[in-house]
Amino acid sequence: MAMTEESTTTARGAAFPRTAPGALEAVGISAWFSGTLVLTDVSLSVAPASVTALIGPSGCGKSTFLRILNRMHESIPGAQMAGEVYLDGKEIYASGYRITHARKQIGMVFQKPNPFPAMSIAENVTAGFALTSTKLSRSAREEVVETSLRQAHLWDEVKERLTRPGGALSGGQQQRLCIARALAVKPRVLLMDEPCSALDPTSTRRVEETIAELSPQLTIVIVTHNMQQAARVSHNTAFFLAEQGTPGGIVEQGPTRQIFNDPSDPRTADYVGGRFG
Amino acid sequence: MTITAHPEVVPRQLTTTHAASDRIFHGAARTVGLFVLCMTGAIGVFLGYQSIPTLRHYGLHFFTQTQWQPELDHIGIAAVLVGTVEVALVALVVGFPFAFMVALFVSDYAPKRAKSWLVSAIDLMAAVPSIIYGLWGFYLLMPRATEVARWLSEYLSFIPIFKVNTDAHAAVWQQSRYTSSVFIAGLTVSMMTIPLACAVMRGVFDQAPAGEREAAMALGGTRWGGARMVVFPFAKGGIIGGTMLALGRALGETAAVLIIVSPDFTIKDRILEAGAQTTSALIAGNFGDATRSQLSALLTAGFVLFLITIIVNSAAAVVIRRSRSGALTEI
Repeated sequence: MAMTEESTTTARGAAFPRTAPGALEAVGISAWFSGTLVLTDVSLSVAPASVTALIGPSGCGKSTFLRILNRMHESIPGAQMAGEVYLDGKEIYASGYRITHARKQIGMVFQKPNPFPAMSIAENVTAGFALTSTKLSRSAREEVVETSLRQAHLWDEVKERLTRPGGALSGGQQQRLCIARALAVKPRVLLMDEPCSALDPTSTRRVEETIAELSPQLTIVIVTHNMQQAARVSHNTAFFLAEQGTPGGIVEQGPTRQIFNDPSDPRTADYVGGRFG
Repeated sequence: MTITAHPEVVPRQLTTTHAASDRIFHGAARTVGLFVLCMTGAIGVFLGYQSIPTLRHYGLHFFTQTQWQPELDHIGIAAVLVGTVEVALVALVVGFPFAFMVALFVSDYAPKRAKSWLVSAIDLMAAVPSIIYGLWGFYLLMPRATEVARWLSEYLSFIPIFKVNTDAHAAVWQQSRYTSSVFIAGLTVSMMTIPLACAVMRGVFDQAPAGEREAAMALGGTRWGGARMVVFPFAKGGIIGGTMLALGRALGETAAVLIIVSPDFTIKDRILEAGAQTTSALIAGNFGDATRSQLSALLTAGFVLFLITIIVNSAAAVVIRRSRSGALTEI
């Protein structure tokens, strides 16, 4: 993929400047756990306001790559990385770029719903503000709670019980609460690490609706094991693979339709065709 | 939907056949467990039995009399109980922030390698015999702590507990008025309570769910933000319970207090002033040359202390067990 300092080429083929608001670009990413190389030389450009799906069998480094995009990888003891990640053209690993700022700009939803169980539903939504000691007026708070919960398609289910603990919700509702919490702080990019793997079909559909509605304003990167989901929600797809005893990497990336219908690499064809994985 | 009765259906009694090795271990473990319970119970019964003559002789005066003068037949534990609680509270107030911050540092901030070193160092603190702390407190801490005490009394004596009955501006500083006080005894005892409180708190801090910690981090939270939002609410029970366990430990501390305090059988709230007495130090100090009736009186004091510590420790156990963190942590 051709890359210059000023502009980069999307998997779709349309050029956008690296400094475009919401553009996320990873260059030459490698990752280690306790000295073992698990991911090598992965580069990926994510166009602003697009949905990119990362697919591939378990253990190929998709989640590790995702966690490198918002500097969560380094929170694991023994984890190391190489390469660069740019948001709006700024390198988030550069010295002087605050890690908390990077994570605020690049939100994350985890595989397992992780609301703060002791806090109320409303407090969960505004937790990002409390965590960064950002004061909100009462009306602003109410607005953030309602907007975020509506975006996450949870509002109608919980509007009567906003003061009840977040831990009392069902798994699918908890995950949507976590999405609302991540959206409340208005990130530029949202990373989703298999957000629906533990959810019922209804909640999964709601989450997919959320993704579709948000994508015009928000850059989304989603790791998924569900290939139908990748096909449904994403514009672009990157196929990760770690072959026997070798670190993971991207085999092929491009527009989702092309990856699923006309992949250029036979391994991609085998995977999306359901022949392994 | 209504539930129709099926009188002929009854729950089946389930039986489990265990392997012989399982049965032997189970039996042995149960015996040891029961033995521990019996021992504690027996100590209580023994102390209670020994207290009967004293309580019969002095009645409620035993709890209101401040003096301990067997030769005048004035025997009571009012002053020593107050002293005991004061020393324990000073130890708690000084030790709590220490234990809390060290536990948080070890669980959330310290690099991995430093962590194991710190844990061993703190555990080592718990292993130092209390008589050593007593000597340390007397020879090393006391001469320096009196300076702190003087400063406190000079600037904060409008708070009654920091008042010392001496002239702070006397030409010659009356240092001896500041020695052997509740304050210094409490400081020394805090050294012994910190490792206990710290170990409990560290245990629950470490148990804080990784998923919630990550959530806090991913929202752009600082480590302190994450600690505030995830770790503390989760660990609340452990923090309170650990502190109360430390309080129980402080209430019974003997050797160090015995070395440091100079006996004083008045009820006073001036913790910086020389002179104090605690229940355990009273017992240890008078045990050797006690007559039969005096011994009974000392054992009664011991019984009261035993009851207080049991209550404090049981309350701590309940607090820990009821909390979310306690459900996961066995302390």
